[in-house]
Amino acid sequence: MKAEDIRAKLEKNVPSAKIKVVRDSLLVENPADLHNVVLALKSDSDLRLDYLSSLTASDFVDYLETVYHLYSIDKRIGPVVLRVRVKRDNPKIPSLVAIYRGAEFQEREAYDTYGITYEGHPDLRRIFMWEGFEGFPMRKDYEQEDSETLDKDDIEWLDRNGVKVPDEMRQKALNPPAPAEDKPATPPAS
Amino acid sequence: MEKTVTLQDSGAIDTQTLDINIGPQHPSTHGVFRMNMKLDGETVVSLKPVMGYLHRNHEQIAENMFYLGSMPYTDRLDYFNSMTNNFVYALTVEKLAQIEVPERADYIRVIMSELTRLVNHVSVTGFLLNDLGAFFTPVLYAFRERERILDIFEEVSGARMMCNYFRFGGVKYDLSGEALVAIKDVVSRFPKFLDEYEKLLTKNEILCMRCQNVGILSPELAISASITGPMLRASGVNYDIRKVDNYSIYDRFKFRVPLGKVGDVYDRYYVRILEMRESLKILEQALKEIPAGEIMAKKMAPFVKAPRNFKPPLGESYARVEAPKGELGIYIVSDGTPQPWRYHVRAPSFINLTILEDLCVGHKVADAVVILGSVDIVLGEVDR
Repeated sequence: MKAEDIRAKLEKNVPSAKIKVVRDSLLVENPADLHNVVLALKSDSDLRLDYLSSLTASDFVDYLETVYHLYSIDKRIGPVVLRVRVKRDNPKIPSLVAIYRGAEFQEREAYDTYGITYEGHPDLRRIFMWEGFEGFPMRKDYEQEDSETLDKDDIEWLDRNGVKVPDEMRQKALNPPAPAEDKPATPPAS
Repeated sequence: MEKTVTLQDSGAIDTQTLDINIGPQHPSTHGVFRMNMKLDGETVVSLKPVMGYLHRNHEQIAENMFYLGSMPYTDRLDYFNSMTNNFVYALTVEKLAQIEVPERADYIRVIMSELTRLVNHVSVTGFLLNDLGAFFTPVLYAFRERERILDIFEEVSGARMMCNYFRFGGVKYDLSGEALVAIKDVVSRFPKFLDEYEKLLTKNEILCMRCQNVGILSPELAISASITGPMLRASGVNYDIRKVDNYSIYDRFKFRVPLGKVGDVYDRYYVRILEMRESLKILEQALKEIPAGEIMAKKMAPFVKAPRNFKPPLGESYARVEAPKGELGIYIVSDGTPQPWRYHVRAPSFINLTILEDLCVGHKVADAVVILGSVDIVLGEVDR
């Protein structure tokens, strides 16, 4: 079944939800509608999308996105791709754990790496990073710590303990070089 | 001084629950995995899996790398089954860039991924027995067979475990005549080994007692929790991506999908044994039918020497394969540059851990170890 047909079906079953077709997938424009849309897809007699294969987030600089790949084990169809977009500051999306248990760890992973809060998740904690880790490493603006440059504190500590610090390193610590841009942040057109 | 023991009205001694951690260095966790358990006596009351000790942000490394550069890195996900990891990455990029694969390459791919399934299942059943307390004898027999297959991998790809063998549009090297003979030899010997293995294990009384009715997973929970692979099929759900998606050339082979009835540890063990027999059927057919010809798509010829110039068109793709541990999927968003904008791995052993607590609660600690063994995890893939 094509994305356009599913959109027409959803328009009938969930009239309140605004849905747009993007790259052969369904964009749920208001995150609050997500629950109703997913429940309608899961209970629809033609689709019966009972299996959430993959849930992941991505960063498109202007917004963050969560992508859901749904399949039907019963009808053997899929994938039906759903996407939800939210603003970068304070991103919130309703959690799907109540509908698909399989979302539990995947939402924790997306929270850990992209910082999207899944509202209603029973145990939203970091999963790979340690407690107290700051920042969200998969976001495009995340800056990794430069392990080759010493901090001023490090140099003070070394001086105090009588370790000779080469002048070169001392200079570098006082005037840290600007971080190199690996990749121009121009997201692909949606 | 005399000390009095106070008994509760029920007659039982007042007890407390105990918090313990199994792992991350415990050998029965199959790597650096931690189970944060609450115990009442010897019974598990709650269990929280803790992971991330092997996390290296594979996804970000791939996003800062040209496309082919991540191929060797996918080997390190599930380091037991590098061939299927390569397979799914190649399939995703081929779907993205619409590359057709020559027939011979397709056959080689299927042969390699079925051999991988043999390697995985034979070792995981061995390790499961290890967890049960049959120290190293079953694993030793399993590894003897695994070595033969790893020798073949070495012959065709140059490496035993980190094969890095698949390329977008084909495979790196052609199968030589000797390699084909070696594969045929392994395939013809393997059923005899399986018979011997089963004779020792399948009806073994201790194995039955420890595994039957332990860690039962209901089909409803399995589907809802996105469980895949032998675990899902042991619960009686007929879902094999080789049959459902017919990716590559799996529609050409006749094989059956073994299913369990109860969904306990024993079924998970036995489904894997039966799956090996089905894999052997696929291998026999593939070895009979494999045609001569090219092993690389013509479209990809310019990128063999200059892989950095490869730029798939704008768009996204999600491909999945039936890896030995379950559904392995890769999701890529391309922005038209030589590096992917977004690269995500849907790791089966990571998601299969979701229900570990549901399976273990109410069982003894020793059973929890066996249940974890039957889930079949590899930490390289869980933590990524």
